[in-house]
Amino acid sequence: MAVETDEATVDVENLQKSYGDLEAVRGVTFDVAPGETFGFLGPNGAGKSTTISMLCTLITPTGGRARVAGCDVATDPLGVRRRIGLVFQDPTLDEYLTAYENLRFHAELYRMPKERTPERVKTVIEMVGLWHRRDDLVRTFSGGMKRRLEIARGLLHSPRVLFLDEPTVGLDPQTRVNIWDYIQALRDREAITIFLTTHYMDEAEYCNRIAIIDNGEIVTMDTPNALKAAVGKDRISMRTDDDARATVELRERFELEASPTGEGLTFQVPGGEEFVPRLFAELDVPIQAVSIARPTLDDVFMNHTGRTIRDAESSTTERLATNPMVRARRGR
Amino acid sequence: MSSATTTLTSGAVPDIAPVTEHPQGATWLDDLKAAKVVWKREILRFRRNRIRILTSLAQPILFLFVLGTGLGTVIHTPGNFQFTTFMFPGVIAMTILFTAIFSAVSIVWDREFGFLREMLVAPVRRGAIMIGKCAGGATVATMQGLIMLVLAPLVHVPYSFVLIVELVVLMVLTATMLTAFGLFLAARIQEIESFQVVMQLFVLPLFFLAGAVFPIYRLPTWLGTLTRFDPLAYAVDLMRRAVFQAVHAPPAVRAELSPGIHWGSWRLPAGFEVGIVVVVAAALLGGAIYQFTRPE
Repeated sequence: MAVETDEATVDVENLQKSYGDLEAVRGVTFDVAPGETFGFLGPNGAGKSTTISMLCTLITPTGGRARVAGCDVATDPLGVRRRIGLVFQDPTLDEYLTAYENLRFHAELYRMPKERTPERVKTVIEMVGLWHRRDDLVRTFSGGMKRRLEIARGLLHSPRVLFLDEPTVGLDPQTRVNIWDYIQALRDREAITIFLTTHYMDEAEYCNRIAIIDNGEIVTMDTPNALKAAVGKDRISMRTDDDARATVELRERFELEASPTGEGLTFQVPGGEEFVPRLFAELDVPIQAVSIARPTLDDVFMNHTGRTIRDAESSTTERLATNPMVRARRGR
Repeated sequence: MSSATTTLTSGAVPDIAPVTEHPQGATWLDDLKAAKVVWKREILRFRRNRIRILTSLAQPILFLFVLGTGLGTVIHTPGNFQFTTFMFPGVIAMTILFTAIFSAVSIVWDREFGFLREMLVAPVRRGAIMIGKCAGGATVATMQGLIMLVLAPLVHVPYSFVLIVELVVLMVLTATMLTAFGLFLAARIQEIESFQVVMQLFVLPLFFLAGAVFPIYRLPTWLGTLTRFDPLAYAVDLMRRAVFQAVHAPPAVRAELSPGIHWGSWRLPAGFEVGIVVVVAAALLGGAIYQFTRPE
């Protein structure tokens, strides 16, 4: 079933946010179709959370415009808020209330019809597998359970768009997979539009489309497969008897820049399968093992920014750490 | 203009229809309902915390029976009037003061533990959240004050209908004023540590200048003048007047221990003092809402 209407659920044009001299978001333009799962991928401090905060009317843009579920974020913030659900990076539950009480508080604050509330609470709490723990205080929950409860709460008032800001940050790998199972199940069940941010490449694969954001700008935007195809190069990793010499030879004979990986070398080359036989024939260093990988989103990121996402994180974090405005805002 | 080329394979239509749409904007009725939800949470958390209810009584009991009895041995009162009776309304005010401020701090905790965000992103105006917080804190502080009334017979204060009605009304006003004061201070505080500084700077002076534990009638001019600027002093004076009325204190005792508050030679009438408390409460709540709603 193709979901296509004329109006995008999220419609953003040249949206900007600056704090003094620091431009956190430098004019982003994109739209999200109804029912789509759209991801913002980028290192910490790239402007993902700032964008999400503007779309959720938590902070005011300094330029551009944005419409969410048909309402303008600047002129009708309450309209936006009624139509969206939110799951933040940091927990926002009342730990001294039970899971059920947290959801009931939410239902009342969003003015859900009283007679339908119990049924709806049950639906969402079962969806995340916490029905048996509904009467326990949230402070007794694990990190993963809390996040699941927050997702259930974000869905409780049947929002048109669900915003997930780094939904799995701070969780162990197994719990992360677990959370994604829940998110995918609910996407099928509720046919909801999802806008998410992440700095995990593997999580971006779950999206219908992703925008890669770096230094407050969208550098590229497409489906994960199209982005990877556009890179056009395969990644070759290998182990040799002498990695240092191999690096030099790759540079001199093949004009390829290899980087160390800890247990060998890695580099990108078009047509990897055809290249490997040449490599064996022409490289003077004995090769122990070779593997070819199709491009990943890491490669996409590197292709567009010239850095790996990990390098980008360390530099942007420093950039933000020196700005007191942002530090104050993030510390909350 | 959608650039989406994705074909989505979403399954069944959601089994629940979207929540009823509300009219655009928010009316005062919306605000009131939102405030009620916030208020309910405060009450729920108060009821759950039985230990807090009990421990918060320990301090006033210590003040009333240990400090009060001790001071009574060195303070000469006309006609051997019980000093603890004098202190009783002051200790009620103290209970309300500390409970109200403690409740107001919860907004800093809410911020610290993230729950404030849940309220801030909801489709309600920030002012409504503040009013709900204030109503909740005031209710909790009033209830703590009411619990203090069980001590009344021990300090020779009789249960009379008039006294209880008077005290309840005064407690509600005092609790509202003090919670609003706490919220006004807490509205923009980001860290819980800062609030402890605020406590030392504002709350203790507020308490000492209120005449809760000693008469403020014959103080040196500099100190007496300061007490006139403490809104809690008027609340304490009102409660003391009510108690002294109920115990039928002789005129000599009243002149000494409950002479009322004077501006120059004018003795403020009770109605005027009530007016001060109401106006200060409204101003502080307004200030708290302003602090909380103005963009950061």
